[in-house]
Amino acid sequence: MIIDGRARVLGDDVNTDYIISSRRKRETIDATALAAFLLEGVDPAFAASVRPGDVIVAGRNFGCGSAMEVAATVILAAGIRAVVASSFARSFHRNAINNGLLVLVADTSGVREGAPVRMVVADDDARFEDVAGGVVRPAAPLPPIMRDILAAGGLVGYLKANGRFCEHPPREAPCRP
Amino acid sequence: MTAKTMAEQVLSARSGTDARAGDVVVCDVDVVLGTDGSGPMAIDYFGAMGGTRLARPGTVFFSLDHYAPPTTDATRAFHARIRAFAAAHGATVFGVGEGISHQLAAERGIVRPGTLLAGADSHAVTCGALNAFAIGVGSSDLAAAMLTGQAWLRVPQTIRVRLDGALGAGASAKDAALTLVAMLGADGADYHAIEFAGSGVATLGMDDRFVFSNLMVEAGAKAALFPFDACTESYLFAAGVSASAYAPVASHAGAAFAGDRVLDLSAIGPCVARPHAPDDVVVLADAAGTPVQMVFVGTCTGGRVADFHAMRRAFDAAGGRVAPGVQLVLTPASAPVLEALMHDGTLTHLIAAGADVTTVGCGACCGTSGVIPSDGATVLSTANRNFKGRMGAATARIFLASPAVCGAAAATGRIPSSLTDREAP
Repeated sequence: MIIDGRARVLGDDVNTDYIISSRRKRETIDATALAAFLLEGVDPAFAASVRPGDVIVAGRNFGCGSAMEVAATVILAAGIRAVVASSFARSFHRNAINNGLLVLVADTSGVREGAPVRMVVADDDARFEDVAGGVVRPAAPLPPIMRDILAAGGLVGYLKANGRFCEHPPREAPCRP
Repeated sequence: MTAKTMAEQVLSARSGTDARAGDVVVCDVDVVLGTDGSGPMAIDYFGAMGGTRLARPGTVFFSLDHYAPPTTDATRAFHARIRAFAAAHGATVFGVGEGISHQLAAERGIVRPGTLLAGADSHAVTCGALNAFAIGVGSSDLAAAMLTGQAWLRVPQTIRVRLDGALGAGASAKDAALTLVAMLGADGADYHAIEFAGSGVATLGMDDRFVFSNLMVEAGAKAALFPFDACTESYLFAAGVSASAYAPVASHAGAAFAGDRVLDLSAIGPCVARPHAPDDVVVLADAAGTPVQMVFVGTCTGGRVADFHAMRRAFDAAGGRVAPGVQLVLTPASAPVLEALMHDGTLTHLIAAGADVTTVGCGACCGTSGVIPSDGATVLSTANRNFKGRMGAATARIFLASPAVCGAAAATGRIPSSLTDREAP
């Protein structure tokens, strides 16, 4: 899987309430409707500036705080295809993979806002590239089960195909009980 | 068999494997806990996954706590959906006013030592105080657990936190836990479990231990387990759970830890977390004198009986009337907490002194229900998060503190410089 995009640079400790405020959920949990409020806590102009294919490039502990899953679905609904951060809070990381949003852990220092970036995930390789700077950074490999979920487009696709969780699902036959 | 941490033991037992830190295992989930915040999306995912029945209906619970009561068409529709789904599939619903999901799981004896709880609320970690591996998950993982009865988990490494000594006058579990969050940092326990140990554990009651486990998610912890002891046993007995109904876990001698931290409880003093980060913790004196317009006592961190008693003591010692220009909002964490405070006169006393009491549940904590601060207001709260906009007002400034500090501030209108002996919890 290779994703090319434009870097949207954020700082450390971007919590899920900043990604989408809980108070917005009083009116709807439809991610498409909520996308207009994406990251309003960080920058009220952010949502309107997102272009399809943008990639969030963040610092440490992205997605900390509440485990609310709309924080992942609203990023996808806004047209953002991936998040790379120097670290993630675990609940956001899981929610992202479960919805088919690629998340990579890599050194993100020095990436400039708007710079072209590339993310690569293969069975034996994961990396993050700052294309303009010519910098290639290794990314932490995803465990096989996360790659399988991502490849299925998320947890819905994975469980529809497999029926249950498998540590090492055979590629040929689903691991139905 | 080699020595294992508590996390490794629970996840070994629940997966039927010899689970070690770093392994990915598929585990049977003992308690599946949803809320009205996470439940509607979970029901959507469940349907999209092709779900037609719950794997183990008796293990699935929903609490209507985030929108208690519902105040919009969308949120009352969430409640209707959850009630209809639960009725159709045999899950249990705790209605508006019954309590916060993980508080109910604890006080009703649903979560037990040595078990695995997956709660679609990040503060489900609170239940780790009962020697359980309790994790927060999102709606999709909740749906998967509803559908399959299982979750896949990476077995975490464990940071051991040794608690020494005992809390002195003026200090509370909230002060100690905030201090620990600051020691670890907002990401200091990311992907890790925390195990509490040391002689200080026995000095803490269950209400104190819940505060510790609860706040560890503010350092990123996946779970935060206390050892099982006589205190745990008597809490469970009162909740109607006999010792034959569970199997506690204790760390094996020689188990490998990713880190060892020490917190001297006797050195803890009152402190506050400043806006807008739970790990930006300073001693009380550094925030003293700050005028406050709203004081909030409640939530899964600071909404239990002992919290309201500590708050009342400090409030009375500081004058016993809500200061002009201050709104004091009280939101008990569960119906039994509310009832206990009614029976012992605490609520009558505080209402007469000018407090507002709102519906049991999450209340004003995350802007989903309850009182929203005024623009520009400074709020002092017993809750766990003070992110900008967290309570629904982007311009409010939220300080986190102990119930006693909140009580004193409600009566004086300012963050106190210290707690007098009479105010101390």
